[in-house]
Amino acid sequence: MVGDKSFGSRLFNFTNLTLLAIIALLCVLPFIHVLAASFTTSAELAEKRFVLFPTVWSLDAYRYIFSTDTVMRSMMISIGVTLGGTAFSMFLSTLTAYGLSRQDLVGRRFIMFFIVFTMLFNGGMIPTFLVVQQTGLLNSLAALVIPVAINAFNMIILKSFFQNLPAGLEESAKIDGCSDFGILFRIVIPCSMPAIATISLFYAVTYWNTYMHAILYLSDSSKWPVQVLLRQIVVLASGLNYDGAEFTSVPPPEITIKMAVIVVATIPVLIVYPFLQKYFAKGALIGSMKG
Amino acid sequence: MRSIKKNKWLYLMIAPGLLYFFVYKYIPMYGLIIAFQDYKPYLGITGSEWVGFQHFERLFTSPEFWMIFRNTLVLFALQILVFFPIPIIIALMLNEVRNQMFKKSVQTLIYIPHFMSWVVIVSISFVMLTLDGGIINSVIEALGFQKINFLMNPDTFRPMYILQVIWREAGWGTIIFLAAIAAVDPQLYEAAKMDGANRLRQAWHITLPAIRSVIVVLLILKIGDVLELGFEHVYLLLNASNREVGEIFDTYVYTAGLKQGQFSYSTAVGFFKGIVGLILVMFANWLAKKAGEEGVY
Repeated sequence: MVGDKSFGSRLFNFTNLTLLAIIALLCVLPFIHVLAASFTTSAELAEKRFVLFPTVWSLDAYRYIFSTDTVMRSMMISIGVTLGGTAFSMFLSTLTAYGLSRQDLVGRRFIMFFIVFTMLFNGGMIPTFLVVQQTGLLNSLAALVIPVAINAFNMIILKSFFQNLPAGLEESAKIDGCSDFGILFRIVIPCSMPAIATISLFYAVTYWNTYMHAILYLSDSSKWPVQVLLRQIVVLASGLNYDGAEFTSVPPPEITIKMAVIVVATIPVLIVYPFLQKYFAKGALIGSMKG
Repeated sequence: MRSIKKNKWLYLMIAPGLLYFFVYKYIPMYGLIIAFQDYKPYLGITGSEWVGFQHFERLFTSPEFWMIFRNTLVLFALQILVFFPIPIIIALMLNEVRNQMFKKSVQTLIYIPHFMSWVVIVSISFVMLTLDGGIINSVIEALGFQKINFLMNPDTFRPMYILQVIWREAGWGTIIFLAAIAAVDPQLYEAAKMDGANRLRQAWHITLPAIRSVIVVLLILKIGDVLELGFEHVYLLLNASNREVGEIFDTYVYTAGLKQGQFSYSTAVGFFKGIVGLILVMFANWLAKKAGEEGVY
């Protein structure tokens, strides 16, 4: 294809690049619009409709949402759940993945089946709810973490990564008298940073975005993470509440405030994304191709 | 026995993980027996009365069930027929890009929506689709048409659902196809070029057959998710006006079970869904093996 300068080929290239550019823009323009709209006034928004770069700047929406403690509190809850949950999940997943990555573990195949089967079939929402209730997690933030502590798919990606490390690394460590825990923490983990970073990102994003478990397990609205709050402010305040009676009688917030809450619920993901992006494509592939 | 002893630390390492799977995955499977009981929370599983298949009978004879079944099936069909091919097409298009900078930038941008929660995706759709001041309706009005109440309209529910799925997942879905394409032997393309194949024909006759097994595996996995259409996504879009096309098994289990307290009945609904999903995966896997592919399980 290199050096192919025929008209057909150029037309093909041009069409292809244009379409891809359009697809890429369609993916992100809505986010940019919301971001821009959150920094302007409702008047400008009403006039211009589609704002990509505000002419009138205003921080009013942010000033408003940060003046009430509802948003701040749910932000703090989300941050706490994300940090704590990611650490907890990574700890459990790494230990399990490493144990299962060792070929000399008797019963390995059976244990893998035990885990993979849970990806195919599960008890469903109600029986799981009853277990969460019986383990005393209902209405506590731990309910957002412990019942989903290990994602089988993420764990298998880690396991595949560990399995593909050169066997010599572990053997030489063992000869030097290193214990299994020593091998894991001093050799395997430091050598697996791309995979660890990728899977941590996956867990962190899941915890930040958690919504379903919050509405299932937390009835106390003072414990709601930011995603639940966002739904209250944008979806329910539009008068579209399906289940009724959840929303208070406050007047529907101004459109710029809705925009600002969307931004607030999104920004942390966008901040970590560029740093980890170089890892995740590689990390996800290693697992999925060889898993 | 000696090797078990030798590896006692390894077993200690996996013990917490296995405990997790046991408690939060296998005990709920045991809990499915409440589908055959008249479960009362204060009596528990051991104390509640057995009612056999009563809840399933109620399920199969209710008109609601067929509405939900149909809705679930339609959304699933949209996922397979409309959504599934799109990542493959985008991956093929990206593969033709020679400018690495451009390719990387497009990839970076199209992956982003995958990392947003459904709440964010739905919220952005809401502010853009809303009747008073939403950009989409402003454009429709400017073009001289009637505004459309997208959010409370049964006719727009399904297009809205699948477009949001595409927006959030299509870019991310390209990752695995791109990797599979990268593994194709370049000599095949050289040979095809000698035979005078242009780039479209090369994609059709070489790239697609070469990544066939990856496509099949992902299709099986997708079918495995068959009834996991996303409780969150659908629940966020549901309202009283579009319920007749939007209510699916998961949202129904939630409302009937947790909101209305019909634990046994909604467990039966969830159980039915789980069994159908399992059978579909087995079937897809069997079909793939018949067709000479490896299968997943």
